[in-house]
Amino acid sequence: MTTHTAPAPPGATTELQAEFDARIAADQRIEPRDWMPEGYRKTLVRQVSQHAHSEIIGMQPEGDWIASAPSLRRKAILLAKVQDEAGHGLYLYAAAETLGVDRADLTRRLIEGRQKYSSIFNYPSLTFADVGVIGWLVDGAAICNQVPLCRSSFGPYARAMVRICKEESFHQRQGYELLMRMMEGTEEQRRMVQDAVDRWWWPSLMMFGPPDAESPNTKQSMAWRIKRDTNDDLRQKFVDMTVPQAERLGVTLPDPELTWNDERGHYDFGEPDWDEFKRVISGSGPKNAERIQRRRAAHEKGEWVREAATAYADKHSARKAAA
Amino acid sequence: MSGDHIYSALSEEHGGDARWAFGTGFTDALAGVDTTVPEGVDGDDLALYCQMLGDDALVQAQRLTDWVTDAPELEEEVALANIALDLIGQARLLLARAGQADGSGRDEDAFAYWRGPEEFRNVQLAEAPRGDFARAILTLLVLSSARLAVFSRLSSSKDPVLAAVAAKAVNELAYHREYAVSWALRLGDGTPYSRERMVAAVADVWPMTGELFATHPVEARMAAQGVGVDPAEVSQEVHRVLTEVLTTATLDAPAPFPEPVVAGRQGTHTAELAPLLTELQKVAREHPEATW
Repeated sequence: MTTHTAPAPPGATTELQAEFDARIAADQRIEPRDWMPEGYRKTLVRQVSQHAHSEIIGMQPEGDWIASAPSLRRKAILLAKVQDEAGHGLYLYAAAETLGVDRADLTRRLIEGRQKYSSIFNYPSLTFADVGVIGWLVDGAAICNQVPLCRSSFGPYARAMVRICKEESFHQRQGYELLMRMMEGTEEQRRMVQDAVDRWWWPSLMMFGPPDAESPNTKQSMAWRIKRDTNDDLRQKFVDMTVPQAERLGVTLPDPELTWNDERGHYDFGEPDWDEFKRVISGSGPKNAERIQRRRAAHEKGEWVREAATAYADKHSARKAAA
Repeated sequence: MSGDHIYSALSEEHGGDARWAFGTGFTDALAGVDTTVPEGVDGDDLALYCQMLGDDALVQAQRLTDWVTDAPELEEEVALANIALDLIGQARLLLARAGQADGSGRDEDAFAYWRGPEEFRNVQLAEAPRGDFARAILTLLVLSSARLAVFSRLSSSKDPVLAAVAAKAVNELAYHREYAVSWALRLGDGTPYSRERMVAAVADVWPMTGELFATHPVEARMAAQGVGVDPAEVSQEVHRVLTEVLTTATLDAPAPFPEPVVAGRQGTHTAELAPLLTELQKVAREHPEATW
């Protein structure tokens, strides 16, 4: 990795900082070769790698249903979606690498539990309706979070997000379309959909992170224009967009406090269980151990394969050099 | 916040709207293709032949999807998922064709979800346990090489549907084989351990290769009519390809293929197929009245 910014000579930092600040203020992109404050770099490494990990761990809850998807069309859609998520992980790891970290190292941090990923993926997917609800609510919340990131100040992250958002939006429509079909089906299918909505609604709201008052990183991230909106603003936006979709679908969102507030021009809604959020994010969710274990097992089982690829590449470049 | 428009479509009418790429209006996978069974061709034979080729793809894809979230690198998860997707696509068209050819009007899902193991016509190698990565690569190498040889010839089939399916599939299969070759070389000529795994994979897989070149009576009749391909015809070509790959991977030249004996093509399967199908068919069979 050669992109790590060289330390500035003494005295030059103030000038570089001023230039950086001016570019942020002018809404220009910061690129990997540009000087950046260490805090900015660290914040991005943390955010981008957690985002990448979320894509990779996020393959599991839905991936569990590929083998038994109830029609070949649904199997193909689901397989393509899970494959896209692996692709998103790859773009994001590549974006993180432009900040001077190494993907293999990030993978190690993930499987050793040293870096986090979105808490939502620590919940189980119990029926095939979960596939639709994950598409609709989880991808929906993800898009809500991610669309503003297409304008993030760090170029490689912003560009990766453009493509990711397009694909996520496609996934969300597919999820919603599956739910529409199921709601047109049998009574039992409608029950499955409602049950899945009941289980995924609150965790989806938690995807936006803790309330603004308790989000230590938001203020600085917004000053750096890495983030563009606060957690609470995004959560509100998500609720406002989702309620009409739920009505249209014919499901009930499990929140008795959910009502339209004419004065605010927004829906009022209840408070997620933040204690549960803290438990899940810190490793005690229903599936944390299993998700990490699966990734670690794949990584460890595959070690001999990666070693073989490296040995083969070394041998062949040595032979080429000798020729 | 710019970009909110991506949501606007969600609560609108969706029936038949082109915005839904996998929209609800595309239930007929062969829409637009001339699906008349060619004159003089026996519909039941053609339907069985389509099931043979379709089941090979479906069962192989089902095995391959096991690697998603379980492969040595993310790139391999993407590649293997992609290969499985291609095969599911081939299976869907072929099974839909089977339902037209036999006059039953059954759709792809009727074949995939509502037949028992004894009605599946795939070769046994497709249902074999996935094993380690070396075995998966060798299985893919053998199956894609044989299928590519058959489908290259099938693209001039007298049946317009088979010809169209094969013409599309040839590019896909060439990629599947290329992918398998690239890993066969790395593993065979990588570390002593990876070489050992490849040698073991050849020993495990080779006994099942004979069947790929055994001719079922339906295949013989379809080949005689210019509709299908007699797999015995491609045996030498495939053996040459595999010999070249394995020796380039510094492994021993493989033995000749074992005696070709028809098995899966007549519904004779190993004990591995039933659990594979139980998983594949589980949700569909739990909800027989459901719409997905």
